[in-house]
Order: sequence, then structure tokens, then C-alpha cells
Amino acid sequence: MNAMFAIIHRDLLLVMRRKSEVLTAVFFFVVVTSLFPLGIGADPALLKKIAPGVIWVAALLSTLLGLHRMFAADYQDGALEQLALSPQPMVLLVAGKIIAHWIVCGLPLVVLAPIIGIQFDLDMDSLYVLMATLLLGTPVLSLLGSIGAALTLGLRGGSVLMSLLILPLYIPVLIFGAGAVYANSVGLNTSGHFSLLGALLILALAFVPWVSAAAVKIAIE
Amino acid sequence: MHAVLRFKPQPYMTANISPTSSNPAMALEARGLCCVRGERQLFAGLSLSLTAGHCLHVRGENGVGKTSLLRILTGLSKPESGEVLWNNEAISVDPLAYHRELLFLGHKDALKEDLTALENLQMYAALDDVALPDEKALAALWRFGLRGRENLPVNYLSAGQKRRVLMARMLTRQARLWILDEPFNALDLQAVQELQDLIGEHLSAGGLVILTSHQVVSISNVQVLEL
Repeated sequence: MNAMFAIIHRDLLLVMRRKSEVLTAVFFFVVVTSLFPLGIGADPALLKKIAPGVIWVAALLSTLLGLHRMFAADYQDGALEQLALSPQPMVLLVAGKIIAHWIVCGLPLVVLAPIIGIQFDLDMDSLYVLMATLLLGTPVLSLLGSIGAALTLGLRGGSVLMSLLILPLYIPVLIFGAGAVYANSVGLNTSGHFSLLGALLILALAFVPWVSAAAVKIAIE
Repeated sequence: MHAVLRFKPQPYMTANISPTSSNPAMALEARGLCCVRGERQLFAGLSLSLTAGHCLHVRGENGVGKTSLLRILTGLSKPESGEVLWNNEAISVDPLAYHRELLFLGHKDALKEDLTALENLQMYAALDDVALPDEKALAALWRFGLRGRENLPVNYLSAGQKRRVLMARMLTRQARLWILDEPFNALDLQAVQELQDLIGEHLSAGGLVILTSHQVVSISNVQVLEL
């Protein structure tokens, strides 16, 4: 377990030393979601209706933007080999890297969501639901993304291939995440959406670290 | 003591380069290793054994399979056939226990450019589960001429200074088996001597070293494996 905290600490420290790379993804999220209300015009009813979809699509794409960095730098400078040769289970180390990625790329989106939501004239209730779906959904995005990042390690043009691999897997998260906010705004029960998002998170937590660790091992062999 | 064995890639030829040892427990052994890269067979039937206090110098032309051999010995790559044993147990049985005893330094230095030399040492100590107080880490860096540079990000260091950080890591890692790929690259004459001294100390403390180098190394207890 200590090794997992060590790797989270290391990755966060590296991010703090090179902030620009991370800020790009968060900046992208803020810019895209802020441009929509400006482009569409001040029609509160329309904005309210498209808000969940726009915010969720922007969250998804901004996660995708930072994914390739999850293992690529460590692969290039040989640190990934050192991790594989450390006396720690690779699964824990990969899980640590995924958690660090979520703290950097997923958590800011959850925190920023209410501010973005105000631009779309969402009421308090919808904002809470939006934050809750992002809180459940963005870890799934980081987890699933790690498979793509690990499988495309060392490939030229890997990021295009990664998008092709990962986007289909993201679709259920998008549907249930945006669906919950929309259902809430029209007064429907959202517990089904949340249960499914929770189930996706638990499934991803249970399987993805092992899959990604295996993919990383294949890449460095 | 230089015992040169010329290894020819014949199936099931044994290059036994281990003298009798007083401590049979600490031993690395390889049996019938065969390595294939793409269509080409690099070597086959390669056997070796190395006991505590000895150093194996792997030599050969470029592309002959030195790095491939080292990677197989670490367990990073799987041999086409054959097995690697640590203390008479295949390394695939308990890889974590083997990794605890092993330090592998490859072509890439694996140092994070944005972290300082000290932070790199501490980070690897945490990952390798080795206790490393600040004084000890600083003393290791100072010993290899990095006094005053311990808090500089590694990308401000020269190639040779980065290798010196790795020497500090070798000193603090507390591993029994060192597998070093071209450790003398980019080092100045004095650092080469310091590294040879470091390897000598490790050997006399009962460690094992496997290294590749095109230079002549002057370390006692060296056996040479000619690929």
C-alpha cells in the first residue's frame, strides 16, 4: 500500500513541476463549455436542455486529452521498467498511477462543474446531480482510459488508436451520466442512472488495474 | 583473476564460469537460455552460474544480444526456452522476492527530469521499500561528487552527472544482485574509478554483479562471458 501512495505522491509532484500539461486539459474543459452558451445565445430553455450533454462530452474529451501521458513519459525514460522491477505488485503501482491521473484530470472537473453549470442556467438541484454523476463517472473514464494508454505504449500515432479503442467504452458512462442530469431536470427518478454508474465504477475498479498492469508488462517486454 | 570463456551459439553448450563458492545460497543460475529477436536467433543453449562475491562481465559486438541477455536475467523479457534461477528457484515463481534482491540499470537512466537528484533517490527508495533517511541519501550523492547539486532538477545535470546519481542509487538500494547495462558510459576517468571501487565494495560484501562494457574493467573476481 505504501508503494501506491509513493507513486501517487511522485506523480502529483511531477505534475506540480510541470503544470502546463495538466492545465491544458482543464482549460480545454472550461473553454469548450463556456463557448457553447456564447455560440448558441441566451435561450435559457435550450441551454438547460443541452447542458448535461455538453458538459459530459467536454469532460470526456478533456480526459482523453491527458490520457496518453499516463504511462508514456515513464515508458520513454525507463522508469516503467524500474517500476516493473520494484518489489511491489505491478497492479498496485498501476492503480496508483490511475488514481493520480484522476486527481489531476477528473477531480478538477467535478469541482468546476457547478461554475460551468451556472452558465447553462442549471438550478441547484441539477448542479448537485451533475457533480454527483461526474464524481462517479470520471474515475471510470480514468480507469478505462488506462487500458488504452497502456495498450498503445510505444506505438507511433498511438493517441489516434487510443481514442478509437477507448471512446466506445466511454459511451455508457456518457449516456448514464448525462441521462441522470436530464432525468432530474424533467422530474424523473435518477436512482437507476446512479446505480448503473456505480455498477460501472465497481466493475472497472475490480478488473481494470489488472488488465492495465498486464498491458504495461507486455509493452515493456 | 580473468577466466575468459568464448561462447559460441551451439545448442546445449554450457559455459560454466563459476568457481567453487563458500556460500551456495546466493547464486544466480541460467540454464539453456535461448533468445530470438524477430527472425534471428541471438543465442541458444546459454548456461551460466554466478555466486556471491563474483562479477560477470558480458562482452561482445554490438547487436550480439548482451542487453537481451541482461533483460532475460532480470525477468523483464522471457527467454524462448530455458530458465533463470535465483537461489535454486526459478525467478518466475516469486518475482517480488527476486526483485527485492535485484537492481537493474539499463541504457535509460530512469531518472525523472523534473525532480531533483535527492527526490529521485527518495522516490526510488520508497518504491523499492528501502529505508533512506535524508542524511544517508545526501551522503551517497556527496560521495559521487554531487555536493551542491542535490537540489537541482535532474535535467540541469550532465549525462555523466546523471550516471553519478545512479551510482548513489546503487549505493543506497541494498540489493544483492546488480545487473548493469553499460554502466561506464558517459563517465569521466575519475568516475570510472569510483564506480569500479563501488562494484569492488559490493563484491567484497558478498554481492553479485553482472555488467556489460566495451572497456576493460579492472575489478577483482571478474569472469568474462564472450557472447
